[in-house]
Amino acid sequence: MSTNVIGKQATRIDGRTKVTGAARYAADFNQPNQLYAVIVSATVGLGRITTIAEAEVERMPGVVAVLSHQNAPKLQYRPHKGVIDPAVGERLHVLQDDAVRFYGQPVAVIVADSIDNAERAAAAVQVTYEATRPMVDHADPSVERIAPEASDKSRGDAESAIANSPVKVDEHYEIARENHNPMEPHATIAEWNGDRLTLWSKSQYLVNEQAEIAAVFGLPVENVEVICPFIGGAFGTSLRTWPHVTLAALAARHVERPVKLVLTRKQMFFTTGHRPRSLQRVALGATAEGKLTGILHQGTGETSRYEQFTEALTTVTDYLYSCPNVRTEYRLAKLDTSTPNHMRGPGEASGIFALESAMDELSYRLGIDPIELRRRNEPKIDEAENKPFSSRSLIQCYEVGAKHFGWDKRKPEPRSMRDGRLLIGSGTASATYPAFQAPASARVRLLADGIAEIEAAASDMGPGTYTSMSQVAAEFLGLPLEKVRFKLGRSKYPQTPSHGGSWTMASVGSAIRAACLEVQAQAKSRAIEQIKSPLFGASAEDLEWIGGRLVRRGASSELSYQDIVSRTGVPIEAEGSAKRDPEIAERYSMHSFGAVFAEVAVDPDVGTIRVRRIVGAYAIGRVVNPLLASSQCTGGMIGGIGMALMERTVLDRRDGRPVNAHMADYLMPVNLDIPKLEAHFVDEIDPHVNPLGVKGLGEIALVGTAPAIANAVFHATGKRVRTLPIQIENVLTA
Amino acid sequence: MHPIVLERPATTEDAIAAAATGARFIAGGTTLVDLMREEVEKPERLIDINRLPLDGIRVEGDDLVIGALARMADVAADENVRRLQPLIAESLIEGASPQLRNMATMGGNLLQRVRCPYFRMLDAACNKRSPGTGCSAIDGLNAGHAILGTSESCVATHPSDVAVAMVALDASMRVRGPNGERSFLIEELFRLPEDTPHLEHTLLPGELIVELRVPGGRADRRSRYLKVRDRASYEFALVSAAVALVMDNGVISEAKIAVGGVATRPWRLRDCEAALIGKLPERSAFEAAAKFSVQGVRPLRHNHFKVELLPRTIVRALEMAGEIA
Repeated sequence: MSTNVIGKQATRIDGRTKVTGAARYAADFNQPNQLYAVIVSATVGLGRITTIAEAEVERMPGVVAVLSHQNAPKLQYRPHKGVIDPAVGERLHVLQDDAVRFYGQPVAVIVADSIDNAERAAAAVQVTYEATRPMVDHADPSVERIAPEASDKSRGDAESAIANSPVKVDEHYEIARENHNPMEPHATIAEWNGDRLTLWSKSQYLVNEQAEIAAVFGLPVENVEVICPFIGGAFGTSLRTWPHVTLAALAARHVERPVKLVLTRKQMFFTTGHRPRSLQRVALGATAEGKLTGILHQGTGETSRYEQFTEALTTVTDYLYSCPNVRTEYRLAKLDTSTPNHMRGPGEASGIFALESAMDELSYRLGIDPIELRRRNEPKIDEAENKPFSSRSLIQCYEVGAKHFGWDKRKPEPRSMRDGRLLIGSGTASATYPAFQAPASARVRLLADGIAEIEAAASDMGPGTYTSMSQVAAEFLGLPLEKVRFKLGRSKYPQTPSHGGSWTMASVGSAIRAACLEVQAQAKSRAIEQIKSPLFGASAEDLEWIGGRLVRRGASSELSYQDIVSRTGVPIEAEGSAKRDPEIAERYSMHSFGAVFAEVAVDPDVGTIRVRRIVGAYAIGRVVNPLLASSQCTGGMIGGIGMALMERTVLDRRDGRPVNAHMADYLMPVNLDIPKLEAHFVDEIDPHVNPLGVKGLGEIALVGTAPAIANAVFHATGKRVRTLPIQIENVLTA
Repeated sequence: MHPIVLERPATTEDAIAAAATGARFIAGGTTLVDLMREEVEKPERLIDINRLPLDGIRVEGDDLVIGALARMADVAADENVRRLQPLIAESLIEGASPQLRNMATMGGNLLQRVRCPYFRMLDAACNKRSPGTGCSAIDGLNAGHAILGTSESCVATHPSDVAVAMVALDASMRVRGPNGERSFLIEELFRLPEDTPHLEHTLLPGELIVELRVPGGRADRRSRYLKVRDRASYEFALVSAAVALVMDNGVISEAKIAVGGVATRPWRLRDCEAALIGKLPERSAFEAAAKFSVQGVRPLRHNHFKVELLPRTIVRALEMAGEIA
């Protein structure tokens, strides 16, 4: 497929809208006559509510209503399982009983005439509890651990292969709980019109929010509309529909007025998901020549008591390297916390930290360069699935990355490189993420003024969906970018999957392509059928679309979309859908790959660790827009710096409270922490993965960054740190 | 946030009179407004002192005189400050973020309240916020807390950076109250928590900080502020050190050292200073002196690393001041 618009460095279509403040986010859709809701969060970690002094608060200035389990209506909570919801368990039902399942659980909602009055009343409301000590420590031996379904995978005999190997690594790894912390807080404005509900709500998955809220309130799905044209960052926290959306709708129905509910930064540590803390063990066995003989990867995530959140913590290990004996096991610790959720690069990012740290350790034990070690274990096929990869360019990524990074200037010996008094280290790690595709639909409408309008219920949380989807439409319609108007962010548009998991372009882009082809077919028919059309009566086989014009072979007559539509003025509209061909899915293993290189400087006296540069090389199939793709990669690397060196949600074991639920205390990289970041894309044509040949990018940009940094810290200091984040106290005595 | 009455007196005298009847001063508001929003502070009357003529920066003889209402950013950028007391400028730049430094005043900076997370959570016990309720940090999460100057009631660190530099440099402050003016060393502003952690400073009711005075030092004095933290900016110190050295004939004749992030108040280390006098400015001498910094430390469960990090930070700061490396 040769392209004209796809592959071009188009700047963001919505860039001006965003930087001028014209973009409207969920909380910006203030409605006439609107009231304000504030959630009262539980201040114990486990127990039950004994009293809520509602009456005192109801008399406070401006307070319109106080809702709690004592007076809230019973909600229907019809069964609903979105693709994004845990397969086992049931979502938290809010204000339906007196049980407190975790610290920060919503126990009441105040509705008032201003945000100030609502906040004031929320702070004043007296709630008493019968409390017991929650279990929030994943490492506590008394924690109940369960094996989720399909959690183990095995080929050969990993244990004995490792035991009989001349070279071994067997270590434990830990990654702290993290919270997504996007800039935009969760926000919902709810308005009822009879039994129809409109939600202006921050969401990465509009049609699921629509269906879920319809199920909660027992409404037909079409009675609920969700609107969200812009998202100020999400990183996975807005994939699911969390309790505050239900509470906003419940409050609005109760007071019979529109209600706005915005979570505080602190509340964003309570009920909107988190990367679960993980404990892992990786054991590797290898020959003296560096050929892997056995891999054992055991990982434990955490979940709530009421749902089983699972993620792909160990699955990367199944296919990343060639090895005859591999066993992966995944367990869940049930804790008195809210349910975790996918956070950027989810389980793969956590799992690969353990695997790639162990591979790095193995390289030193063997005295083999880390890149050479990967080369020696490069598989020909996906050995777990026993089928070929649709495309796999990991080694090329290492080659391209190494060249740009200057890996050949690295001295292999740990603690051997300095810049002045600073210890300099560099490390590398593989990155990979599945190339998913989910069923999606889109609509194309050709208007009389020559504009092609595209609609899909997709989201744009920052990667540039507005721009990249417009490029896809422009490409297949043969139009310049400015003739395409792409609209997203409404649940009434054609259905799309969640905006996460790096599948938006593969899914929605493929649907837009299908819709464009369909609308061209219809436009062609109309051109043939219109009596005054110069193409009237032409044979369809003689006509073809060239550069947005319908051309008759061997003749000079041709028509633009505008020519065809303006003749009657009636727009031509078509819907298209796309999903992965199950036969292709059966035949190929489909994944993106990448190689990440990081350089760090460590102060040998006071232990400060600063990343000096990161180079990533990625093989992701076709790159729709290199400018956006590069931006997405550097964003992922920054997330990786946070994961490696800063981010950690700390829970007080006495009551399960997140102690650092504050942007001054939950450390994320600031501008001064961001060094030179470089993303390179390896030329890769994947003819199988989908018609666009795209493999997805959002997640892989974070996956691999943390282990590359951790490996660099080892190279700099000679100290191997197997816990994230790596902080001053971990390297002080190196 | 609770409703407040905001008063804007035109003169310092009016401001002091208002404070004497129970109102609180507000300047940059970077601490107070934050705490009011969390309902940790619930003042009923606030006196906006931003319009008072107390923001000048001037040189008097050898002394640098900084108005209490001078903004952190302005002081850090001031030519006289950078020339005469670079330690002050350096400590200010290491503090907060540019947005905060544009608002926060010098007087307010010294009086900022602790960053202990339990102090900021109304549902946690805290002797500083609610005397007699207990300390959640002692048996809780305390990696960021103090190892020096603590008590059974409170282990929170004083968060200011510039206060550490001021204490190292023997700076003083002039305050004005209902009964007139007085001056004293900034070091004497800060109280140890003992069994009254809710009492943080020695100002009397109605007293307003008017100006800060940093006494001049020798022109060849070398000083540095080193702040150690996990991210490069916008984080409070795990450990910080303000040091100043004067050399005569190649040996140290004067040394000033104060540290932050480790103690319940800006912490002067006179034993370390004394150990340096007469010594060559070399690493072994710095290490020997820095050992005195951990005398009497009382580490908690999660902050043992500060016992290791404190002397290392002092050594490194002394090296930077001595320009050894």
